[in-house]
Amino acid sequence: MATFTRNQSPASCQGGAARTPLFCISICIVQHTIYSQTAAGSGRPSRMFGLAVIGMSCLKLLLLPAYRSTDFEVHRNWLAVTHSLPLDRWYVDQTSPWTLDYPPLFAWFEFLLAKVAQFFDAAMLDVNNLNYASPMTVLFQRLSVIVTDLVFAYGCKVCGEEVGRVGGMGGPGLLLVDHIHFQYNGFLFGLLFISIARMLQRREIESAFWFSILLNLKHIYLYLAPAYFIYLLRSYVLLGPFPARADKPQTSRLAQLLRLVKLGVVVGMVFSLSFGPFIMRGQLLQVLARLFPFRRGLCHAYWAPNFWALYNFADKMLVVVGGRLGWQVAKQGVASMTGGLVQEFSHTVLPSVPPVATLIATALSIVPGLVVLWRSPHSPWQFIRMLMLCGFGSFMFGWHVHEKAILMVLLPLGLLCLLRKGEAQVFMFLSIVGHFSLFPLLFTPQETPIKVTALVLHALFTVQVLRAQWGQPLLHAIENLYLLGLVPLFLLLELGPGRLGLGEGLPFLPLMLVSVYCALGVTYSWLKLTYLVIGSAWKFKKKTS
Amino acid sequence: MLNKVSNTAMVSLVAILVRWCVSLHPYSGQGKPPMYGDYEAQRHWQEVTVNLPLAEWYANTTDNDLQYWGLDYPPLTAYHSYLCGMAARRLNPSFVALHESRGYESNAHKLFMRYTVLVADLLLYFPAAYCMMRVLARWRAGRQEFVCLLLYPGLYLVDHGHFQYNAVSLGLFVLAVAALSSNRDCLGTVLFCLALNYKQMELYHALPFFFYLLGVCFRQGGILGFLWKLIKLGFCVVMTFTVVWLPFASNADVLAQAVHRLFPFERGLFEDKVASVWCSLSVVVKVKTLVDNRNMALICLLSTVVCMLPSSLHLFARPTPRHFRYALLNASLVFFLLSYHVHEKTILLAAIPACLLVSEEPFMAAWFLTVSTASLLPLMIKDGLMVPLLGLTVAFVALTHHYLLPGTHKVARKTALWVWMRRTYYLSLAGLVFLGGAAILVPPPPKLPDLFPVLLAIYCCGHFIFFCLYFHYCQFTIKYNAASSNNNTHTASTSNNKQIQRKVKAN
Repeated sequence: MATFTRNQSPASCQGGAARTPLFCISICIVQHTIYSQTAAGSGRPSRMFGLAVIGMSCLKLLLLPAYRSTDFEVHRNWLAVTHSLPLDRWYVDQTSPWTLDYPPLFAWFEFLLAKVAQFFDAAMLDVNNLNYASPMTVLFQRLSVIVTDLVFAYGCKVCGEEVGRVGGMGGPGLLLVDHIHFQYNGFLFGLLFISIARMLQRREIESAFWFSILLNLKHIYLYLAPAYFIYLLRSYVLLGPFPARADKPQTSRLAQLLRLVKLGVVVGMVFSLSFGPFIMRGQLLQVLARLFPFRRGLCHAYWAPNFWALYNFADKMLVVVGGRLGWQVAKQGVASMTGGLVQEFSHTVLPSVPPVATLIATALSIVPGLVVLWRSPHSPWQFIRMLMLCGFGSFMFGWHVHEKAILMVLLPLGLLCLLRKGEAQVFMFLSIVGHFSLFPLLFTPQETPIKVTALVLHALFTVQVLRAQWGQPLLHAIENLYLLGLVPLFLLLELGPGRLGLGEGLPFLPLMLVSVYCALGVTYSWLKLTYLVIGSAWKFKKKTS
Repeated sequence: MLNKVSNTAMVSLVAILVRWCVSLHPYSGQGKPPMYGDYEAQRHWQEVTVNLPLAEWYANTTDNDLQYWGLDYPPLTAYHSYLCGMAARRLNPSFVALHESRGYESNAHKLFMRYTVLVADLLLYFPAAYCMMRVLARWRAGRQEFVCLLLYPGLYLVDHGHFQYNAVSLGLFVLAVAALSSNRDCLGTVLFCLALNYKQMELYHALPFFFYLLGVCFRQGGILGFLWKLIKLGFCVVMTFTVVWLPFASNADVLAQAVHRLFPFERGLFEDKVASVWCSLSVVVKVKTLVDNRNMALICLLSTVVCMLPSSLHLFARPTPRHFRYALLNASLVFFLLSYHVHEKTILLAAIPACLLVSEEPFMAAWFLTVSTASLLPLMIKDGLMVPLLGLTVAFVALTHHYLLPGTHKVARKTALWVWMRRTYYLSLAGLVFLGGAAILVPPPPKLPDLFPVLLAIYCCGHFIFFCLYFHYCQFTIKYNAASSNNNTHTASTSNNKQIQRKVKAN
């Protein structure tokens, strides 16, 4: 049977997959599968897409009473701050501990939301009304996420159309993070996808415009900026728009300068609109201090599965081993690191990591990719690869990385996974590990079945689509074994340390195990992806020379 | 092949996911002392069955106050409650402590109860839907039925939202239909008796089962075949009932008391605002005041039986699996419209047979399922489940438009009648949106507090009458091939013929 599917042309397989009912359902649940191939077989793609979006939004409504993290209160507070305080108090107010720490455009976004919110429940817009969560407040906040998610649907649609036969896949990550945990990532990634689609259409100015808006909504996307910078500089400013026209000299200094000015004006305009009002009030430093709080620790309370998780773990192991061997080890750091709440701590054996070191490590990790990007001008796909690598590098080595940041890798990678088999394999592997590492984010028992079914559904769907495209052996036996290892890990995590007799002494042990185990898989994926991108560029160069 | 397996797995996973999302919402009677709702009833049954000896389960004693959610379902429900109660006692004895646990509510307990429903679903209903799919594959159908059975929102809104275990009896029912459709008559009989012994509501389907099996008996060839088959089936029925009721048979009083509890004639003609004929009539004529309960019950019984006879007798004359499924839908619709003491939730008994017909009648079945979901609105508003109901109804309409209805486009273009049907469909959806929106948003005039629920009930009742007539028409007009009626002998003879032909060729 497997050989049968392999012998079929990929297009016909996809047509078959598209006509199954599951297709629609899985779009609904696994959230956001852009899959423009639907267009080919079944007649009315836009209608189907519309139905899928409607169904999807309705199902998100069901998560109304699900667990909400403190981010819910954070966003409620921002609604209140932007609605009821004057502009110059926005970044100064300290009534709530959850102060406004997103860039100004996001504050304006909250300001607009608050204009609607007052029709639902005006009490939520009071700054002093801390931890207020009436049913109407919950309804409004959840609805605001669901409605702004339509931007993501639109982003997927334009990307899907651009990609042609090739589609991309998201995962249940956004469902877990946005609609349960509560954030507006869908909206933001929608803007990113629009920007990417414009880049693919070679409308670089518009792409830069959307990206600078995105930057002013959430500054975590700064990590992706190097890819934009290099690509725009090389492929737009220096070399000029792609199908080079013979009558116009594109590489003259004047033309280059003109394009630079054009780009600068667009980007500058967005930034000045966003930061201008605060610069005029002399609050720029205050705003920046809010945006970049370096007083937080190297790792989040729950270690994101990146390089530093392994580093911390190695430090811990050395403490234990050292204790056995009779080394002189200071004991004070031991409890604090797994204590969960402590923001700053120092390593015991290995040297402690200052913020600058993480910055340098991040920069080093993305430099090779950027060189490749510089050397392959006018290839937007290469640009998306770099985008993904930039996100990945920052996830691996960044300062105070949150586990949710894995979405910055997974979503662009989803765009690529029908393009090249290697990337498909990494996507398959990484999306499972990455989504698994999001599990501790939702720790209340009532959400457990949701996380599990969403992840399994995602895995099944990815396997089915990618297998139709790339044939049978997607994962290596060792990779499969590693993924199977997630099952006992999950049981350990869910049954909790108390029931397994680990007692009060090591309450965070399962969490630490999860993050270290996932860190192994994530690091492996990062190495493989970097090798794929750089290695393929190297081979390509060899061939041409 | 692999694709098929993973498709099935994916539909099941989606079904689990949606079910669990619904179960995050409140249940009936959450935080409403002193009587609470169906959730408390189920918990109370666990308390009673775990703590009291079997003889007292149905009896009014000092420890068992029947006025407070006394057990009024057949023994299988009681046994199921007993199992759940044992599990509850292991987890936390205060869940089911006698007397003290009345009105017990906590997050942990809600989680436990929700899990029991999910487990029941996974153990019985999902496999039943899968078996149905495998059986229907013989007629090149089944996938659509599978999707509909698992994703029809009404069922899990009632089970996982409102809180009941309908999936158990309906799962047994679907299994029974699957068994009968694949000619395993005895197995089907046993399964249906079990369904009947889980919930007496399954009586809605009893008449079609009876006439189908009788029809099959008559087709056994010769009086001896007829008698032998009849004896076999009768034996199955008697044995199943005996085994289920045996624990109660020690004492005649206990048995009589239990049976008496199952048929509560002291309860009214209908509860709340139901889309049945009587409820709709009572807007014009106050039926409840005109006729007393006992006479009303008689009238209901007579009218129900009379209206059910046409489809059932037709089934008796043509006992094929196709006719059988139509007859099931027809009988349960008639029952819903005309019988005594109907509840909104009872529409599920008609909706599940409709799910079994989606590949035959994609358009009408989808329409009917949508309306039946919407008819649950008043109940769901009372339970605080309005948002999931709205979301799921819209999602279900989107699903049917994507999955079921595209196939009907071609048919629809052919005849003017179907063009009109489609227009009526959209008009009917608009009406539902209008009435539902009014019921949710508009404060009713103080003189008529139930104005919009009643209007919605009448609207749905009109629909159900229309569907009932339409499906009767379908049942009477589908092609009947006498040779295929007895599937068993037919296939056997053809395969015999083929073997003989092969042998001849080989020679």
